[in-house]
Amino acid sequence: MRPQDFSSGAVATKGAISIRNVTKIYDPDGAQVMAVDNCSMDIAPGEVCMIVGPSGCGKTTLLNAIAGFHSITEGEIILDGVTLCSPKQPLAGQSADRIVVFQNGALFPWKTLAENVAYGPMVQRRWPKAECLERARTALKEAGLGAVVDKYPGEVSSGMARRAEIVRALINDPKVLLLDEPYRAMDALTKQIMHEALLEMYDRTKVTIYFITHDLEEAIFLGDKVYVMTTRPCRVKKVIDINLPRPRDYTTLTTEAFRLLVKEADEAVHEEALKAFKAGEREMA
Amino acid sequence: MSAVTIDQPQTPPSKTFRRRSKFERAISSLGFWRGLAGILVFLVLWEAAAYLKATLDFTIPFFGKLPAPTLVAAAAAEVVVQPGYWWSWVESFKRVLGGFIIAMILGIPFGLALAVNKYFRDVFFPPFEILRPIPPLAWVPASLIFWPTNEMSIIFVTFLGAFFTIVINVLGGARTIDVRYLRAAQSMGANQWHLFSRIILPGTLPSIFTGAAVGMGITWNVVLAAEMVSGGGSQAGGGLGFFIWSSYMGGSMEHIIVGMISIGIAGYLSSALIRWLGERTMPWQRAF
Ligand SMILES: Nc1ncnc2c1ncn2[C@@H]1O[C@H](COP(=O)(O)OP(=O)(O)OP(=O)(O)O)[C@@H](O)[C@H]1O
Ligand SMILES: [Mg+2]
Repeated sequence: MRPQDFSSGAVATKGAISIRNVTKIYDPDGAQVMAVDNCSMDIAPGEVCMIVGPSGCGKTTLLNAIAGFHSITEGEIILDGVTLCSPKQPLAGQSADRIVVFQNGALFPWKTLAENVAYGPMVQRRWPKAECLERARTALKEAGLGAVVDKYPGEVSSGMARRAEIVRALINDPKVLLLDEPYRAMDALTKQIMHEALLEMYDRTKVTIYFITHDLEEAIFLGDKVYVMTTRPCRVKKVIDINLPRPRDYTTLTTEAFRLLVKEADEAVHEEALKAFKAGEREMA
Repeated sequence: MSAVTIDQPQTPPSKTFRRRSKFERAISSLGFWRGLAGILVFLVLWEAAAYLKATLDFTIPFFGKLPAPTLVAAAAAEVVVQPGYWWSWVESFKRVLGGFIIAMILGIPFGLALAVNKYFRDVFFPPFEILRPIPPLAWVPASLIFWPTNEMSIIFVTFLGAFFTIVINVLGGARTIDVRYLRAAQSMGANQWHLFSRIILPGTLPSIFTGAAVGMGITWNVVLAAEMVSGGGSQAGGGLGFFIWSSYMGGSMEHIIVGMISIGIAGYLSSALIRWLGERTMPWQRAF
């Protein structure tokens, strides 16, 4: 169980993901790229699960399998007792219980932020159209975006856009939020604000989070667990439990416990990165 | 509350300034005056060239044979009061818009169908690609024979001019929509129709308008050439192309130039119309 559940927010009840012996081979009839090899992980409901690993190791591949964008070759992925994909049905169905926030952001540029957020409930016909928009506005206001609800994504900063995108995901009340390096290429200050905003939204929803990143400090600051993956083919190399108390804020970053955790993660990642580099050299030779 | 409210935008200070109209902004920019000066210098040189010829009998290459701009202006003043001249406008515009609108109506769905359906693309794209490189004017003789009236054949050729451009743009635009938008929409529960109407269609709009702008340019080219070739319609006004052609037959250089400038203005108006429509339909594009 989560040791830090003393916070005022919701209690996690859903979103248990079980990844069992999943293997993914791209292009099985040709080049046979093995991206994921017999990988297993168990994610508890409401867990913030941070994935780190060398570039190209297969993190996105795993995310795509959970989201239903790509099929798997072997193994199975189970969400709250329901099998999403298995060799019998290699491609998981897409549904609003798993929502992806993409690396470069995927707000629809032709819709205002409020229309973007209302999109999911609207196509699912959850509420009448006007109510969808009303709720979208409210949700954006709660996330501190009240002043820009009627702006187009091209008119707001990337930080605001990314926050709006998470609001757009959460309004669907998903079981799992899948984030693929959402804050990459942001400056440290914006990132810090993003992190606090995400934690705040997380506190209210307790949605399970599968978060890919290259930034170890980000991983430790946000996560309940950090999964360090091996170089391709992808497997779990090490799971680091992050027992830093919540709520966390920027002062957490300077504690001794935080520093030690970063060191531990850094050593594991570095080892894999070296392997990846050597494998690359071998391929070039 | 945490730091989430920190970068909430304050009312921007620029709001306290009076917003100036597009016209005011244009007038006050240096670029505008430089452009105006350029045109004036051009007109003065042109006038001087014509003057040299009249007084010293010295002909400057290129410029020399042209009638002076004052003479052209005089001819224009005389022409614009004649209804026949305005009929030429109406005739040409009717053909341009006729061909253009039919091309949009058929081209947009055709391009979208090519983009979203593999079977449709497999069957219809190859013949399309074979027909596309044929210049519209090469169709003129065949269409004169094929269509019962001159008018219909001109509109048909105009249509062809715009159609291929529009289809290619729509196809390209729809095929290059970022897959992340489609995935995001799908994961939020969009069905096939939603994907088409709310993602592919708006995502293709910029390309549709690009295609329309280029297509409009081609349409004017084609209409004028077709009017010259076919001798215009049966009425007094055979379109601007015919206006130029008959001025040439009548040996009036001034009128030829009036016709040419008219076409310049007509083309400008058409593309301004498309730009205006584009800004109307795609408010998000104004952000850039
Ligand atoms: N569609 C595909 N077809 C073939 N190979 C692919 C495909 N997609 C990814 N790969 C390969 O699979 C491996 C894992 O890719 P993946 O995108 O999952 O890595 P990643 O861990 O997300 O990397 P990064 O950190 O750079 O985003 C890479 O070697 C990549 O080249
Ligand atoms: Mg990736």
